[in-house]
Amino acid sequence: MAFTTMVGARIRRREDPRLITGRATYVDDVKQVGTVYAAFVRSPYGHAKLLKVDISAAKAHPAVLAAYTGDDLHHAQGLKTSLPVAHKMADLKTPPHYMLAIDEVRVVGEAVAVVIADTAYAAKDAAELVEVEYEQLPVVVDPLKAMEGPPYVHSSLGTNVAFRMPFAAGDTEAAFAAADEIIKQRIVNQRVAPVSIEPRSMVANWDAGMQQLTLYSSTQIPHLLRTQLAVVLGMSENHIRAIAPEVGGGFGGKLNVYAEEFVISWIATQLERPVKYIETRSESFQAMIHGRDQIDDLEIACKRDGTITGLKLRIVGNLGAYHQLLTPVIPTLTLLMAPGCYRIANIQAEVVGVFTNTMSTDAYRGAGRPEATFFIERAMDLVAQRLGLDPVEVRRKNFIPNTAFPHTTSTGLTYDSGDYETTMDKALNIVDYAGLRKRQAELRKEGRYLGIGLSTYVEVCGMGPSAAMPAAGWDSATIRVEPTGSITVLTGVSPHGQGQETTFAQIVADELGVPIDSINVIHGDTDKVQYGVGTFGSRGTAVGGAALKLAIETIQAKAIKIAAHAWEANPDDVEYRDGKIGVKGDPSRSMTTAEAGFMAFMGDNLPPGLEPGMDATRRFEPPNFVFPFGTHVCVVEVDAQTGQVEFVKYLAVDDCGRLLNPMIVEGQVHGGIAQGLSQAMFEEVVYNDDGQLLTGTLMDYAIPHAEQVPHYDLDHTVTPTTVNPLGIKGIGEAGTIGSTPAVANAVMDALAPFGVVHIDMPLKPEKLWLAMHAKTGNGRAR
Amino acid sequence: MIPAAFDYVRASSVDDAIRLLGEHGDDAKLLAGGHSLIPMMKLRLAAPATLIDITGIPQLDAIRVEGNRVTIGALTKHAALAASDALKKSAPALWDAANQLGDPQVRNRGTIGGASAHGDPSADYPAVLLALDATFTLIGKGGERKLPAGEFFRGMFDTALGAGEVLTAISFDAAPKSAYVKYHHPASHYAVVGSAVALTLNDGSIGAARVAITGVGDAAFRAGRVESALAGVRAGDDDAVAAACAGAASGQDARSDTFASGAYRAAMADVFTARAVAQAAGR
Ligand SMILES: Cc1cc2nc3c(=O)[nH]c(=O)nc-3n(C[C@H](O)[C@H](O)[C@H](O)COP(=O)(O)OP(=O)(O)OC[C@H]3O[C@@H](n4cnc5c(N)ncnc54)[C@H](O)[C@@H]3O)c2cc1C
Repeated sequence: MAFTTMVGARIRRREDPRLITGRATYVDDVKQVGTVYAAFVRSPYGHAKLLKVDISAAKAHPAVLAAYTGDDLHHAQGLKTSLPVAHKMADLKTPPHYMLAIDEVRVVGEAVAVVIADTAYAAKDAAELVEVEYEQLPVVVDPLKAMEGPPYVHSSLGTNVAFRMPFAAGDTEAAFAAADEIIKQRIVNQRVAPVSIEPRSMVANWDAGMQQLTLYSSTQIPHLLRTQLAVVLGMSENHIRAIAPEVGGGFGGKLNVYAEEFVISWIATQLERPVKYIETRSESFQAMIHGRDQIDDLEIACKRDGTITGLKLRIVGNLGAYHQLLTPVIPTLTLLMAPGCYRIANIQAEVVGVFTNTMSTDAYRGAGRPEATFFIERAMDLVAQRLGLDPVEVRRKNFIPNTAFPHTTSTGLTYDSGDYETTMDKALNIVDYAGLRKRQAELRKEGRYLGIGLSTYVEVCGMGPSAAMPAAGWDSATIRVEPTGSITVLTGVSPHGQGQETTFAQIVADELGVPIDSINVIHGDTDKVQYGVGTFGSRGTAVGGAALKLAIETIQAKAIKIAAHAWEANPDDVEYRDGKIGVKGDPSRSMTTAEAGFMAFMGDNLPPGLEPGMDATRRFEPPNFVFPFGTHVCVVEVDAQTGQVEFVKYLAVDDCGRLLNPMIVEGQVHGGIAQGLSQAMFEEVVYNDDGQLLTGTLMDYAIPHAEQVPHYDLDHTVTPTTVNPLGIKGIGEAGTIGSTPAVANAVMDALAPFGVVHIDMPLKPEKLWLAMHAKTGNGRAR
Repeated sequence: MIPAAFDYVRASSVDDAIRLLGEHGDDAKLLAGGHSLIPMMKLRLAAPATLIDITGIPQLDAIRVEGNRVTIGALTKHAALAASDALKKSAPALWDAANQLGDPQVRNRGTIGGASAHGDPSADYPAVLLALDATFTLIGKGGERKLPAGEFFRGMFDTALGAGEVLTAISFDAAPKSAYVKYHHPASHYAVVGSAVALTLNDGSIGAARVAITGVGDAAFRAGRVESALAGVRAGDDDAVAAACAGAASGQDARSDTFASGAYRAAMADVFTARAVAQAAGR
């Protein structure tokens, strides 16, 4: 074990000073001489034929340089106009998805034309001059209706079903036949929007001399973006540079490649001018991917003692009008995590992906796993309620025991490590669960409705083994020991708030024994950094950090050889101890990494056959996913007069293995809970039956202010993993995954005296108020 | 969010503003705090050709309490109202509203004049100013006129303000037993329902009550039936107060949005009115 002073410490984030003093460079801060601006003309209809797209008036605007329609792009030489989707599904329907619509639009906000002008203002003015004639077509936004038949989003397919994926494990029919109780419940996981503070932003430049395209984009995946630019634009990948400068929030919304990125890149090559596009918030609501939107039909078979014996499941994923990068994959992840942290041997399921006239759904913080955690954690409470048991005891009965790891689930995943009961008991202790239940009973007598909700989640992350991913799942790291002893780290992941500039520096500081301030962590520029897959799926540290650990080992091995040679010692007797190179059993000899690095640079006293220079690039291919887990406890009081929910307490006890920097872990958990809680309480993207987006601004779509979320108490347990050499699991999404069901279970528990079984999210006061007044008329139970 | 092009001029006095309004005609808009007008321009829901900035006009931003009469300049910012001890004593309902309006940025720019002139059906002040029975001073080419709140607020984004007029001041009698209670919309933080109440008490019983509600109808309105039902009710008798406040929004065509239906809004009007009565009586 390396000596540790930095790893495990609450080191302040090195990123923050520039972020909080306005010195960070976001895409819109990138100023290039001669920049011109793009404005997109977008469909106001959910489904319509394009009878005419006339850009002549826009082109005549004095400030306009160019304007293009879908047909223009389609006919442009070498331009492959259908956008990419990454998947390994056999029978997936993949209708064409053009950069700019051709013949038909299928969702409000779909881009129809683009106008380029000297200023963003002129571009917007000129975009209003584009004349589009639409003939409205029938719209379908409800996936259950869309599954059944016409109208079709893509008439050429003759169906709205993009795929059906059946699944069976064990003998579910037998389990149901032998069950004491069967509980049926439909659980809707509503559509939400990522709402990153920085909307999608991009600026492309074409250097005609160098024949080089540079795209600055607010993206989570600069290298994958570069590859897709090469494929779609038909360009040589080594003449493309993608840069993710400071990224103001992604949450999966920027784990994608968007039509606009290709369009402005291509236009930059045509005009030989930098082209900038910063979408407005309204455009972001329409045209950035959405998350969730599943209708999950559950049937749970259980014994009287609370043992769950079987699960029947239909997952209907609303894919939206087109596939974005990972659209069809997301609902399939839900199936994988359906058993949660419970032993459920018998599962019969079907996943259905359905096209509708809505924006594409895709990865949003949690991406398919929150949906599974939500229904299985609700299922625990439904079983408890039906059988008159405590939800804690139902969980205890069904947990995978800590002796059963690694544990292969009925859906085929192998959970690396876990100790669910210990974590739950720790949480119950901290909140004084028995005391809370007593208080709840007392308050009910006064007509006050306290609810206690639990979520004992497990999630899959650290994405992931390449074999299990739609595209590569490894990542990379380079370490360079510079001649003067400072250390450069180049990471293939692309942090945008996760704090890896700090945590990676902590790891290197300890392992190579250098001051943390002498380490510079560089990321997000494909011309600087070796190929990397990016930041998503809570993989940055679990995969990128593991690659870094391998690179450290390579550097250490070389430094040991150099020191041994200088000391005329046997390399086998030389080791890294407390961050320094020394001879085993001889404390008098020592050498720093910087000294060894300088010798490697000078090159005049190296062992024969050893190359000069001290750098290493390594890649880590994870042998498995990692499975963080935890228990969240939420306590609410529901106001019977209004249905408004007040948070009384929120505790999260998470287990993400070893903690590199507890403060950063807590930050991730805080943000995660806020987002998950917000889905439970506030957020919902609503399209009406005409396909109009009713929640298109922040006046209608609720992102909580600070006073709308509670104080969070946090604690943790530590169950390391052997999947990676750091012993760590991801923590980027755990808070989001764990919190939503804890909040919903708390609210449902509060309303139990009113006979409430389930209410779909968001748990708006009106729904709760109606449930409390439906039977009694006065908001008093009984 | 990118507005259409517009001209910008500054008015140095009320007369100057009136002159500029006359000069630039219907395509001109007065600009105060800009916190209703500029968002609409950014969404291109409004595209005035000229903005006439009135924020430089001196002496329109004072809170004056003279005897029993409170006068507030139209350019007084929400933050100034929220921080005013004199207002907290003389008309706590308005102080409540100012403190719950928007966020610090909004309160530091937005003005009571702009918030009134805008006529937003979910805005806070209209309910309070109705309950305070406030008087609006409007100055135009033809001189000055004064209108009671009941005539000033007319409908959705519709007030009695004439095209060439400037709202200069709002005044009302002190109402120390007044309160404003607000149901915040989770996204916009405007009022889903906001109830303003101004009472007189005789020996623990309600004498006269003025009650006004925002957020529910096309414009804020006085709840006349509740006002009469409250007369004589013991302020400490929760059940009697609740009974008097029942049907507070009756006669209104309550609005629905993605957050709350009209029926729920109407039901909440009862609850929040009763809460406002209790709060006002406790002051
Ligand atoms: C994020 C946000 C949250 C908000 N939350 C709330 C809330 O919770 N509750 C609430 O009530 N309001 C809220 N508002 C609105 C806020 O109160 C505005 O400040 C107010 O509505 C407009 O005042 P203003 O001074 O900014 O006016 P402006 O936006 O400058 O003007 C609004 C309109 O009034 C006209 N006008 C302005 N002053 C005069 C005058 N003296 N005479 C004649 N006409 C005039 C203008 O021409 C324009 O038509 C919010 C605004 C924002 C941006």
